[in-house]
Amino acid sequence: MEENKPKEATEAEVKGVLEHPKPAPPPGAQAERSRRGFLVKLGWAGFALFQLSWIVAFMRVFFPRVLFEPPTSFKVGYPWEYTVGVVNTRYQQQYRVWIVRESEGFYALLAKCTHLGCTPVWWEGENKFKCPCHGSGFTKEGVNYEGPAPRPLERLKISLAEDGQILIDSSLVFRQERGEWEKPGAFLKV
Amino acid sequence: MVTEQLEKVKEYVKESRVYKSMFRRGFEDTPRNRVLAIMGNVFLHLHPSHVKRHSVKLTHTWCMGGITFLLFLVLCFTGVFLCFYYHPDKINAYRDMKYFEYDVPFGVVLRNMHRWAAHLMVITVWLHMTRVFMTGAYKPPREFNWVVGVVLLVLTLLLSFTGYLLPDDQLGFWAVTVGTNMARATPLLGHEGPFGEQIGATAYNDIRFALLGGSVVGGNALLRAYIWHCVAMPVTAIIFLAVHFWRTRKDGGTSGPL
Repeated sequence: MEENKPKEATEAEVKGVLEHPKPAPPPGAQAERSRRGFLVKLGWAGFALFQLSWIVAFMRVFFPRVLFEPPTSFKVGYPWEYTVGVVNTRYQQQYRVWIVRESEGFYALLAKCTHLGCTPVWWEGENKFKCPCHGSGFTKEGVNYEGPAPRPLERLKISLAEDGQILIDSSLVFRQERGEWEKPGAFLKV
Repeated sequence: MVTEQLEKVKEYVKESRVYKSMFRRGFEDTPRNRVLAIMGNVFLHLHPSHVKRHSVKLTHTWCMGGITFLLFLVLCFTGVFLCFYYHPDKINAYRDMKYFEYDVPFGVVLRNMHRWAAHLMVITVWLHMTRVFMTGAYKPPREFNWVVGVVLLVLTLLLSFTGYLLPDDQLGFWAVTVGTNMARATPLLGHEGPFGEQIGATAYNDIRFALLGGSVVGGNALLRAYIWHCVAMPVTAIIFLAVHFWRTRKDGGTSGPL
């Protein structure tokens, strides 16, 4: 091991290195500030920009403009088909939504637990939504009161379509903890 | 008598111009020729031209890197066979998987080889890393190769994940649903993650959207998983494997016992 160690430099050698005069700048260094140097830099910058814009373009390919997905808004029948005070689970399977009819109007709850996204079950007798995964419970209004769910269920935009049917837009959600349930669209007055 | 004839045939082949054009030199068994045979071969030249005695000891390496690579080759081979019968669309995917398993001759063997080799590869990668860690083979000058190895680990896991969706069954569908919901919660990149909403991310422009090719786990997601699984990621893995093997050689072969 010992013989691999580099030899200690003598004082004279160190001094020699330190006192060695700086080499003269190579002739190219002057050219760095010349017109040619500037144009070379400009050329490379243009090339880099060109490559960068291609990378952005390739990334953009991953985001399609047109989607062939189920529409986010749908009709769920006429207001008179609903009974006051009853949670309607008819559209749970198809649209993942519950429509609740109160005496003043309607609201639509997204049937997705705010804990980890399972679909809770409406228990009529116990008057609550109960998540089968981890036991979160929500009131009929959608407010969490037991289990690990951190916040109330989300409500979806609800309005009346031109033909008089109830229209729900699932791309617009209203969150209670942000005070959005008071906003127009979270509740449909009749 | 027969041996003599075979000897003659062998001699004839080795003297032929075709043979010489491919292999250049004869099999004169000298150390120099052995080295040249390794170095002059496109497949073997990634190997070191000579190895240290401890490197081939099973108790030292467990041969885990080698087994992992063997499983990778098995997966490439069986995967190509699966491709012959698989259409990556929502109507056919599940049906093709069942058809391959129940009706195609030896289909069930190939599909299960692919499946089990994938499971095993994840295990052997971990064991390989354990061995490398335990023998201190991640230390300089091999620290860069450890990093390459970590990239290969991630590629192995991502290959498993993208392969998960391809049978288009309930298991794979929900696995990818959960996995991409995690992408949804990525900081800055996902629309439900920290700062996602503030910078204008929605379900239609975030990282999950780019992974799925839409806002739901549907046909586009299946096709994307298929392309990542069968083209992009295996090619990336092969490049990193080549670097991994090459670096092992350049960094002085398998590390010695401490």
